[in-house]
Amino acid sequence: MGNPTGFLKVDRAMPETRDAAERLIDWQEVYQPMAEAEIRDQASRCMDCGVPFCQSGESQYAPAVAGCPVNNVIPEWNDLVYRGRWKEALQVLHKTNNFPEFTGRVCPAPCEGSCVLGINADPVTIKLHEHAIIERGFQEGWVVANPPARRSGKTVAVIGSGPAGLACAAQLNKAGHRVTVYERADRIGGLLMYGIPNMKLQKEFVKRRVTLLKAEGIRFITNTEVGKDLPTSQLKSEFDSVVVCTGATVPRDLAVEGRELNGVHYAMEFLGKNTKSLLDSDHRDSNYINAAGKHVVVIGGGDTGTDCVGTSLRHGCASVIQLEIMPKPVDERAANNPWPQWPKVLNVDYGQKEAIAIQSEDPRQYLVMTQKIEGDTDGNVSAVHTVDISWQKNDQGQMIPQPVAGSEKVHPADIVLLAMGFMGPEQGLLDNLEVQTDGRSNVDAQYDQFATNVPGIYAAGDARRGQSLVVWAIDEGRRAAREVDRYLMGETYLP
Amino acid sequence: MSDSRNRSTGLYRPEFEHDSCGIGFVANLKGRKSHQIIENALTMLTCMEHRGGTGFDVKSGDGAGILIQIPHDFFKQQSASLGFTLQDAGDYGVGMLFFPPQAEQMRQCRNLLISNIEKLGLTLLGFRGVPTDNSGLGQASLDTEPQIEQVFIQKPEGLDSQVFERKLYILRKSTCHQINETIATEKDEFYIASMSARTLVYKGQLTTAQVREYYLDLQNEDVDTAMAMFHSRFSTNTFPAWRRAQPFRYLSHNGEINTVQGNVNWMKAREALFESINFSNEELQLLHPVCNRESSDSANLDMAIELLVLSGRPLAQVMMMVVPEAWQSQDDMDPVKRAFYEYYSCVMEPWDGPASISFTDGKVIGATLDRNGLRPSRYLVTEDGMLVMGSETGALVVDQSKVIQKGRLQPGKIFIADLEQGRIISDEEVKADVCASQPYGEWLEQYKIVIDDLPTPEEEFHQPLMASLFKRQQAFGYSSEDLQRILAEMVGTAKEPLGAMGTDNPLAILSDKSQHLSNYFKQLFAQVTNPPIDPIREEMVMSLRTYVGGSLNLLEETPRHCHKVEIKQPLLTNPQLMKLKHIDHDHFQSKTLDTVFRANGKPGSLEKALDRICYYAKDAVEDGYSIIILSDRAIDSDHAPIPSLLVTAAVHHYLIRQGLRAKADLIVESGDVRETHHFATLLGYGASAVNPYLALETLLELRNEGVVDASLSDTQLFDRYTQAVNSGLLKIFSKMGISTLQSYQGAQIFEALGINSEVVNSYFTGTVSRIEGIGLDQIAQEALQRHRQGFAPEGRIAIDDLLPSGGEYAWRKDGERHLFNPTTIRLLQHATSNNDQTQFGEYAKNVDEQSQAAFTLRGLMKFNPDRPSIPLSEVEPIEEIFKRFATGAMSFGSISWEAHTTLAIAMNRIGGKSNSGEGGEDPIRFTPEANGDSKKSRIKQVASGRFGVTSYYLANADELQIKMAQGAKPGEGGQLPGHKVDAWIGRTRGSTPGVGLISPPPHHDIYSIEDLSQLIFDLKNANREARINVKLVSEAGVGTIASGVCKGYADVVLIAGYDGGTGASPLSSIKHAGLPWELGLSETHQTLVRNKLRSRITVQADGQMKTPRDLAIATLLGAEEWGVATAALIVEGCTMMRKCHLNTCPVGIATQDKELRARYQGKVEHVVNFFTFMAEGLRELMAELGFRSINEMVGQTQCLDIRDNIDHWKFKGVDLSPILYKEPTPDGETLYNSIAQKHLIDEIIDRKLIKDAQPALDNQQPVSLEYGIISTDRSVGAMLSNEISKKYNDVGLPEDCIQVKFSGSAGQSFGCFGAKGIRFELEGDANDYFGKGLSGGKLVVYPDAQAPFEPSQNILIGNVAFFGATSGSAFIRGIAGERFCVRNSGATAVVEGVGDHGCEYMTGGKTVILGATGRNFAAGMSGGVAYVLDRKKDFAAKCNMEMVALETLEDSAEIAELHDLIEQHRKQTGSDVAQALLADWPTAVADFVKVMPVDYRQMQAYMDQARSSGKYPTEEEVAEAAFDMHLNNLAAQKA
Repeated sequence: MGNPTGFLKVDRAMPETRDAAERLIDWQEVYQPMAEAEIRDQASRCMDCGVPFCQSGESQYAPAVAGCPVNNVIPEWNDLVYRGRWKEALQVLHKTNNFPEFTGRVCPAPCEGSCVLGINADPVTIKLHEHAIIERGFQEGWVVANPPARRSGKTVAVIGSGPAGLACAAQLNKAGHRVTVYERADRIGGLLMYGIPNMKLQKEFVKRRVTLLKAEGIRFITNTEVGKDLPTSQLKSEFDSVVVCTGATVPRDLAVEGRELNGVHYAMEFLGKNTKSLLDSDHRDSNYINAAGKHVVVIGGGDTGTDCVGTSLRHGCASVIQLEIMPKPVDERAANNPWPQWPKVLNVDYGQKEAIAIQSEDPRQYLVMTQKIEGDTDGNVSAVHTVDISWQKNDQGQMIPQPVAGSEKVHPADIVLLAMGFMGPEQGLLDNLEVQTDGRSNVDAQYDQFATNVPGIYAAGDARRGQSLVVWAIDEGRRAAREVDRYLMGETYLP
Repeated sequence: MSDSRNRSTGLYRPEFEHDSCGIGFVANLKGRKSHQIIENALTMLTCMEHRGGTGFDVKSGDGAGILIQIPHDFFKQQSASLGFTLQDAGDYGVGMLFFPPQAEQMRQCRNLLISNIEKLGLTLLGFRGVPTDNSGLGQASLDTEPQIEQVFIQKPEGLDSQVFERKLYILRKSTCHQINETIATEKDEFYIASMSARTLVYKGQLTTAQVREYYLDLQNEDVDTAMAMFHSRFSTNTFPAWRRAQPFRYLSHNGEINTVQGNVNWMKAREALFESINFSNEELQLLHPVCNRESSDSANLDMAIELLVLSGRPLAQVMMMVVPEAWQSQDDMDPVKRAFYEYYSCVMEPWDGPASISFTDGKVIGATLDRNGLRPSRYLVTEDGMLVMGSETGALVVDQSKVIQKGRLQPGKIFIADLEQGRIISDEEVKADVCASQPYGEWLEQYKIVIDDLPTPEEEFHQPLMASLFKRQQAFGYSSEDLQRILAEMVGTAKEPLGAMGTDNPLAILSDKSQHLSNYFKQLFAQVTNPPIDPIREEMVMSLRTYVGGSLNLLEETPRHCHKVEIKQPLLTNPQLMKLKHIDHDHFQSKTLDTVFRANGKPGSLEKALDRICYYAKDAVEDGYSIIILSDRAIDSDHAPIPSLLVTAAVHHYLIRQGLRAKADLIVESGDVRETHHFATLLGYGASAVNPYLALETLLELRNEGVVDASLSDTQLFDRYTQAVNSGLLKIFSKMGISTLQSYQGAQIFEALGINSEVVNSYFTGTVSRIEGIGLDQIAQEALQRHRQGFAPEGRIAIDDLLPSGGEYAWRKDGERHLFNPTTIRLLQHATSNNDQTQFGEYAKNVDEQSQAAFTLRGLMKFNPDRPSIPLSEVEPIEEIFKRFATGAMSFGSISWEAHTTLAIAMNRIGGKSNSGEGGEDPIRFTPEANGDSKKSRIKQVASGRFGVTSYYLANADELQIKMAQGAKPGEGGQLPGHKVDAWIGRTRGSTPGVGLISPPPHHDIYSIEDLSQLIFDLKNANREARINVKLVSEAGVGTIASGVCKGYADVVLIAGYDGGTGASPLSSIKHAGLPWELGLSETHQTLVRNKLRSRITVQADGQMKTPRDLAIATLLGAEEWGVATAALIVEGCTMMRKCHLNTCPVGIATQDKELRARYQGKVEHVVNFFTFMAEGLRELMAELGFRSINEMVGQTQCLDIRDNIDHWKFKGVDLSPILYKEPTPDGETLYNSIAQKHLIDEIIDRKLIKDAQPALDNQQPVSLEYGIISTDRSVGAMLSNEISKKYNDVGLPEDCIQVKFSGSAGQSFGCFGAKGIRFELEGDANDYFGKGLSGGKLVVYPDAQAPFEPSQNILIGNVAFFGATSGSAFIRGIAGERFCVRNSGATAVVEGVGDHGCEYMTGGKTVILGATGRNFAAGMSGGVAYVLDRKKDFAAKCNMEMVALETLEDSAEIAELHDLIEQHRKQTGSDVAQALLADWPTAVADFVKVMPVDYRQMQAYMDQARSSGKYPTEEEVAEAAFDMHLNNLAAQKA
């Protein structure tokens, strides 16, 4: 720690964002670059804690307690950033995280939620530093393919090319195994490619990493759905081990009247098609759900909902609102949400900021329950009926929503996007592989063992854990790789 | 005698015993014999009773005795009735024999002695039963009482008397060796106290008074002598044996030889080379072993001196060899003397440690003091030739009108009374004679080689490729913390890196991470029985110089003895090592041995390699190589490095056993050495110097990459690192009270923790290791773990491209484990802030349940109930538990006001005790708050800095804690930097804001166990309601020290674990010094029970106590009270930042920064919740284990057992049975404190004083009183002052309200804590600690009006006067001893001369010295002013200029003030010196030098500025403004 009093002298600062009006005309990232000197100043705020809670993410306590799930050695690279020792910072960062360019953009940064400075001041801008380190690395040409010196002679198939699959493949490849990644979409990246919109994670960055992984010797096979395009028996016989990293892609549905109407979509369909069309043709092919001039109602107040808001605004929607059944988060940590837990406080993300800029108010409405979706005669959606609710305990002591009489509202709607989270992995492939699932329909495998009931078959990421964060997926992919390596070689030297 | 009690069981070991004592002698300078001399000596001995100790049985002393000349006339007269005839004096020798009491054994012993007498060609004259009267002896003494006889042996006709002495010596040694090897059933059952034609020793396990009563000879008027040397022993334990009493044959020793293990080993190593013209080789064989490990340090010293004297050296020379002056850094020393010391440092290492030694060969008698001079030695000479020398003045009442000289022995000085010449020979004369006896300087010039003068070898040194560095760093176990936190910081600061908040990692033996072997070795440190040294402020006594090369015969003195290579400090750079490797100086050659082993993982590989290296080393030495270099540069894929410590110790001990060790020295070239502790362990196990090549290469890398200052040259880089290592080494030596590398080398000042006895006995012979642990194969396995990182096994493809994080000093996910980690901190904070017992349970479970792993020794234990569980309701109520809680000692200054008072209020609410720490306490806290809360700390600490320790402070305590050591840095001092001393803290500590404060490593009034006993007595007098608590740190032998503490009448002894928190401490101390409390506590409990002392004292334990289970285990191991600190801080919001030393605590706890303090969020309620959870949890465990009360539970170790599931490859070998051993409870003894200590304060002078001063105490009416005083009247004034402080707070009484005149010799601590309003006048003289803690009173002392000597030339008061004085004044007409005004923070004192280290660590007040000073004046003086009359203009050379500047007097107000002080001095004492000065004042002024601390002056200037601005009406505001100016100035300087 170069500057013991940095945190007293420097206030937290983030890079400037581009003006909302300006950024809505393209699909580029919203943040502007920050000067190196300023970033280093920010890094001086790190206190190099004796017990760095930022580093402390642990599956056992997730997500109730924050801290980096891949256990990035944050104090060390903060210090290196402060000192301008970027190359070493990159080494330390890469030691725990294969893809800092992804987490540096899309991670909600539980590390910052548990930053010790956050007890009584603004936490350190950890994610900013992560982003700066990896981009500096690419810029300087320090991030290069580093294929293993020798090959082990073992082969592994990874099903799914999302963050878990990629991390797992990268690690296994380091151990010398021949890794083949199967992806049913046309592009590699899974959620990174089609789940997260371009303005949050520009797709060239995903490609940039995939190119490196290819150069390191990983085979990527797209447009191939295992179990359909490729029999699982063939997979099992061709590979020494298989890792299932198919994600939790089954969206939560909304059982209300009018659900079947045209214009009611799952958020992922909306976002995925949008990105594909953007990449394929810069939207010229029109193979996407266009919100231009339409009234959009997003149901679900999470990050995916926000992405729908941002995407709709970029299309030029007539209006967009976002409905949330939970209460509005508080501005400051509540007593029952103490540090170092993830702070459940109100966060105004890019989508909301843009909506505020255009519509002059936050698109989110809280404690609102959708009662029905109304359609026109053509079967197209026309409005969403809601009622305000309050949460009450029922006889069994469960909290259940109680409608507030007289609070019914009707919102005009041309497009309704369901962004209420995910239920778990698709079951077909799992059945096919004869892999058992748990009560929540996830693959039944212990964290840090990752072995399924089928010898040689492992599972990692959201498919095992359920819907989660990119950074948890990376963690699972890395750890699963270690177990696969141990399975293949008898011992493992992977971190 | 039966020694069966001494067999070690449990954790106690006989070798832990310590003692210290009162010594002295009486002699007639003219050699006139009389019985009166014996009488006088025995009287003095009795007056030193308070320096001796008694155990549970007050009639059994710790040992006392007397050495006299052979009373020829008496024996001649006796012999008539014994059937033999004695001729002339000197024609026969007398042996004082202690026989086993059993008749048969006695007969055998006697027969063997008789046959040996014949074998040596001597004639037996006969035996004489020594008449004794054992009716007054206590049971313990009776149990071991020997049968005592004297044997008379005829000197062969014509034999030289010295040759006869040698014969008697051989007879004694060989007979004792033989008997104890054959006949004796117990070790040393047969003993010969003395055997000489000149001297005779009467001694035994006696109290001082019993010596006379027991030995009827001593009462016989016909027994006469011209000299009598006596000794009384204060042992830390109560099974001293008769033979352990002193005097020995040549000396009486008051002190402690800290390096005795090394000295004994080196003596043994040299034995093989012994040859002497005075002894035949056969005779020499009979003498071996000269020294032995079983005997005490003093006994070994005596045996070494005896050999050196009898083999032909003069006694004075021998004393100079074994206890040399500090010569290395004394540039002004006479070159002839310097040459002598340097020559002898090539021959023999010093026997290092505090030592006041009286010695005699029967013809001359003398005394010497070690270089630190920490033991008092006072003498006087009368006009009729009587010489009286002793630890105290006044022990013998002497007609003062006959006293012609009063003096003291000074550090490193020697003096001898030659009774044949009839005069005292001064230090200068003695040494000049000795030093001129040979041309030592010429010899050195001719033979000594200085390493830098050696030719640079032609073969160029090749730095291995930088590319291989990373790989080798891995193979030697480097972590990134080693680079960043250790090496880079060492270069950055040229000091050892600092840390904070203790340690909570697993012990090395319990860690899953591959451990450096030295992590298993815990540094020992001095506490109580001898003082640590301040290696910074008292650097002049320290030395890192050593000499390498083979040694020659110790019993000779030839030029070639100094044919050695001088190395200035033990870290060798590569070129220096190359010079040694290529040395080729007539037969002076070096041999390099590869210290690697086959990395095949097979059991036995390491052992084979060690065997091979030992053989090769033997070959090399036999072939004449005198330097052996142990190098691990030869590692490769198939060969792993042997831990350098292991191989060094192995070769060292192997060569000792082979009798070859003295012929060569060991140099280590190793890649595994980087931290100070690594160097220390290597040196401690026999290395002379170390080349840490990999650390050096790593430094180059760090420099080249700009991690450390890229502009540093190679030399600068290595110099800074070397400086850091050196200062760290000096600190490690000094914490054990060792001054020189030469004595530290091979001294094995470590306890092994987690190494099995097979390894210890083979390779670390003599090291204490009590819980077993890993063996060679596990050591190999750990080495291979590291090796595999660097040299990847086949099949491994994934390669690490970074070093592991480490995680030792800061938590890392993949690093070493910590008990306080994100999970436990979070759970504890949430549980206590939400008052959520369930969450607390979860927290405790996380800490306690370590499944297969373990962090702590208690983690390896489980409960093993031996009685049925009981309902919770039957367990004593929570209030009873609360009383037993204390919080740790943390000062206001180290933590913020907010954090400090939160703890105090919480503890007062529950009825526990908070601790003030060592920073004083703001009196506003003594008054309760309106809501009934109190911020008062019920425990007030008395630490070495004595900040704010006033009579009033002491009066406001329920418990007074003497901090002997601190877990995180035992044996070290501390420092509060000026920028942390704000106006408030300065006021509380009685110092100046902005001026740094130093806590010295030792208490300057505790150099020995009897000194501690004195401080306990002082404090008990200063507040008789308060418990006196002595805080010790766990280490091997702490149990025997605790026994000593109990025998010194402490009410409570606290055993602190090594792992406790701290504001700032060197990392190596946090990690490597001291032991877990489980060991120390258990040893303490066992030893106290064994000594029947347990019921007399309360035992408290602390050190990372975190959960109810911890409390329960501590209770079962013997503690009835507990201290909790770190966990309580976490409850206040601490997140273990470990940045306390930087003042940047972000939660406002360990900081004084106003902005950060505002962030503090701790709550009293949370702390209360925490202690409630702890107490409730403990009650639940008590119910489960079936204990209704804590008292019932204490020490019931049978309720603990080792866990079942211990199959860890590393720690399955641990054996906890010594910890769990239950000492049989002696009859009538309880396992908890049940008896109040007898404090001996009922019949003291102060009781009279209080009565007689009642008008003053009640109504402030002036009183004037007169008393006689003798040296056993100690701490006079403390209790009276307590009465004043209780009634009149810190305001006190009007000046001179209670005037008392004393006549005589005052005992120790005269006027201590004297409160305002008293004026004590003493006509006579005084002992040590005069005016200790003076709190506003006035002390005046001048010599007896009848005394003919010149007051200004004679010693009047003892050492360490005005230690910790806070206010008041004193006038001393005469000279004071060493360390005058040490840590004075406010008193004004005028004196006519002082010894060494005057005004050390002073922070305030004024000192006027109207005469000469000793050396090292003003060391560490950060405040106050001293005026020194420098008539000879030589003061500057004696002053330590680190923190002060010397000025002339110019300011007229100041001159007037000085004039006034001297005028007062004249008036109060009648000083003629003052008179003369005042008579010619202008000349006098010009001769004064003003000693002014630089920072203090700056702060005074700020204050003047603030005052004159008129903006600040009160002095408090002035101080605040000045502090702000200081901070602004600091900030400006930085910018």
